[in-house]
Amino acid sequence: MDFKPLLLWSDILLWAMVAGCIALAVYCRRQDYLRRAWRRVGESGVAMASATILAAFVSVGLLDSLHYQPRLPAQEGSSEVQYAPEVLSVLDALVADLRLNKEKTYSAPLATHAFAKETMERDGLQTRDYPRLKWGGAHLDDVAGRDSDLARRAASGAFYGLLLWAAVVGVAVGWMALARGAPYGATCRTVWRPGTAATRPIAWRAVFATLAVLSVIGGITAAWSAGYHVFGTDKVGQDVLYLSLKSVRTALLIGTLTTLVTLPLAVALGLIAGFRGGWWDDAIQYLYTVLNSIPGVLLIAAMVLMMQVVIDTHPEWFETAAERADARLLALCFILGLTSWTGLCRLLRAETLKLRELDYVQAARAFGVGDARIMARHILPNLMHIVLIALVMDFSGLVLSEAVLSYIGIGVDSSMNSFGTMINAARLELSREPVVWWSLAAAFVLMLALVLAANLFADAVRDAFDPRFQWRARRIVKNVTA
Amino acid sequence: MIAYIIRRLLYAIPILIGVNLITFLLFFVVNSPDDIARMQLGAKRVTPEAIEKWKAERGYDKPMVWNAAAPGVAKATDTILFDKSVRMFALDFGRADDGRDIALEIRSRMGPSLAIAIPTFILGLFVTVSFALLLVFFRNTALDVGGVVLCVAAMSISGLFYIIGGQYLVSKVWNLVPISGYAPGLDAGKFLILPVLISVVGGIGASARWYRTLFLEEINKDYVRTARAKGLSELRVLFRHVLKNAMIPILTGVVVVIPLLFMGSLLLESFFGIPGLGSYTIDAIGSQDFAVVRSMVFIGSVLYIVGLLLTDISYTLVDPRVRLN
Repeated sequence: MDFKPLLLWSDILLWAMVAGCIALAVYCRRQDYLRRAWRRVGESGVAMASATILAAFVSVGLLDSLHYQPRLPAQEGSSEVQYAPEVLSVLDALVADLRLNKEKTYSAPLATHAFAKETMERDGLQTRDYPRLKWGGAHLDDVAGRDSDLARRAASGAFYGLLLWAAVVGVAVGWMALARGAPYGATCRTVWRPGTAATRPIAWRAVFATLAVLSVIGGITAAWSAGYHVFGTDKVGQDVLYLSLKSVRTALLIGTLTTLVTLPLAVALGLIAGFRGGWWDDAIQYLYTVLNSIPGVLLIAAMVLMMQVVIDTHPEWFETAAERADARLLALCFILGLTSWTGLCRLLRAETLKLRELDYVQAARAFGVGDARIMARHILPNLMHIVLIALVMDFSGLVLSEAVLSYIGIGVDSSMNSFGTMINAARLELSREPVVWWSLAAAFVLMLALVLAANLFADAVRDAFDPRFQWRARRIVKNVTA
Repeated sequence: MIAYIIRRLLYAIPILIGVNLITFLLFFVVNSPDDIARMQLGAKRVTPEAIEKWKAERGYDKPMVWNAAAPGVAKATDTILFDKSVRMFALDFGRADDGRDIALEIRSRMGPSLAIAIPTFILGLFVTVSFALLLVFFRNTALDVGGVVLCVAAMSISGLFYIIGGQYLVSKVWNLVPISGYAPGLDAGKFLILPVLISVVGGIGASARWYRTLFLEEINKDYVRTARAKGLSELRVLFRHVLKNAMIPILTGVVVVIPLLFMGSLLLESFFGIPGLGSYTIDAIGSQDFAVVRSMVFIGSVLYIVGLLLTDISYTLVDPRVRLN
């Protein structure tokens, strides 16, 4: 084999979460009230468009979560197979051009020349000029032809993007036609013109329109990045587009894996406190009041500092740098989870207190059903909508807090690509002359797209599942910007 | 009232003990002082003598919770738990790992932190409440929809970008105020305008949207209809009647942060070079000065608990129906 698959712990957890989401989807399909709530989400065009964008981010993140170690070229006289210490992912292999074609230092987006002057020899004379880039526009004989080259590439990229889009939409509509047993043309028409509000159709049109925009943007970016650095290069000459794509996985992991800690703690403790009452309730309330009264950032900082000492004093635990960075990321998720379950726990406790008094719970009790069974069968299903809304709403806050924490230096490992480390590395670049703006701009655009889509989607989920309850937009990291 | 406050203060004691225990566990049990000394001294080959010396200088060489060698009461007091954790109840924070007196630093840095936090708080509250009321005034129009979209977009932008962008635009491109720095007294104004503005603008999105839903909830109630029926103008209805009645949920979120204003803002202070408690904390995190981080955690919790108490008291002031008992 040319490579050895390698499963990092975060990969395992992420794929487990994907499996969990699929299981949840199957469960929701079976439960009538959940299916209807999800249908309401589907009727909202904004929600479906945001979901499409989120799906695009998730697919980048999942591609980046299939890791392997490439095989090193065999050494003379040795039959032993050796694998490189560096850990790559499928995404790395797909965008190998971006990863491998480094420049010396900064270069502007789509530039053909470096950002800084260099001394070089021309016709036997020493001159100082901007050298040509090794990769960006290197295929051009005449630099003046760059603009027309870009236009040509953009046109063909957009064309292929649309072609792909048409194929995907064609297949999707065909599938829908099969599922509904309707003729193809009629299905096309209903997708395009969804009819009256009474039929309440899923907003497929928004999905396809978003897909069209995404595939045109993707096509153009792909066509350009085959010959240029679309977002420029950073201080050490790495392609900024590549760095941004790699950051997506970190953001998604922080936003989702944290819930693996939050959820069991909040659900179990909230249920027990609300249902059992008595000293259980007192103890759990005491626990979350104590944790809650420590300002979030400070508690996170204290825990992360301590985790750093543990990792630094035990270098023998980790074989590769990637594994160490991975362990740090997981520890960060764990810490964020430990500090952020209190809000959800309090909500669930209050709701359980209300549910406990309802007739059907009393009836179950009168029949002699055990406490554990009542909690699992009668109370937990009625809390699920709160859990779901809280999870979706916390995601964007977690992504934002990752950037801030990494900036302060208590976030992910500095060798790990993330939006926070990108911003941290680029924060002094605006004070350069001329300004180096592209790293920050790339991080800004991608983060805004991700968080905005997550926020809009969360709003739709909240409205569909529980329109009456007032959900305050909770932020995990409080008082960071205020 | 006074009995209530006293009871609440007594109730705060077990919580503070819990906070204290958590910090003790985090800072002394998760990693032994030996580990921390080794990391602080940096190199891999640190002699045991150097570690012992580092610990002795900072008082980390005592037993954790029980000193069997000491006479009498000192068995319990001559320990790390008592020296480093219990003493914090008397606001005695000891020395930072670099040897400076933490309490002295806190006193001198409180001023700059407040100078930036108080204007931000007042201006921010005023601006967000007015903005939310305006959105409600224009409810069911394109302006309202546009405003809400703007809010959602604004809360989707990381606070870092507000600071970096604002600093670049105002200080570098327009050259209006110094990029960073601080001066005591009235000269501080020119250094403070920009951070205050940035944090007000950065905070509008989430809070204005939240306040808007609160106001919309009130807008259809009977007393509002009565006010309109007796001929009050819509603006007057909003600012006089709706605002007053929507005050309770707003107070929950607002009063609790007032004491925390002392802590300053981590990001703003470090970006703008303001020598407040926020940048003190950031520096301590950067240099891994655990004594300082420990003290800030404790102070933060004390202030938060005070904030909760203030919140409850403020309820009685705005809503006579609430009785404290």
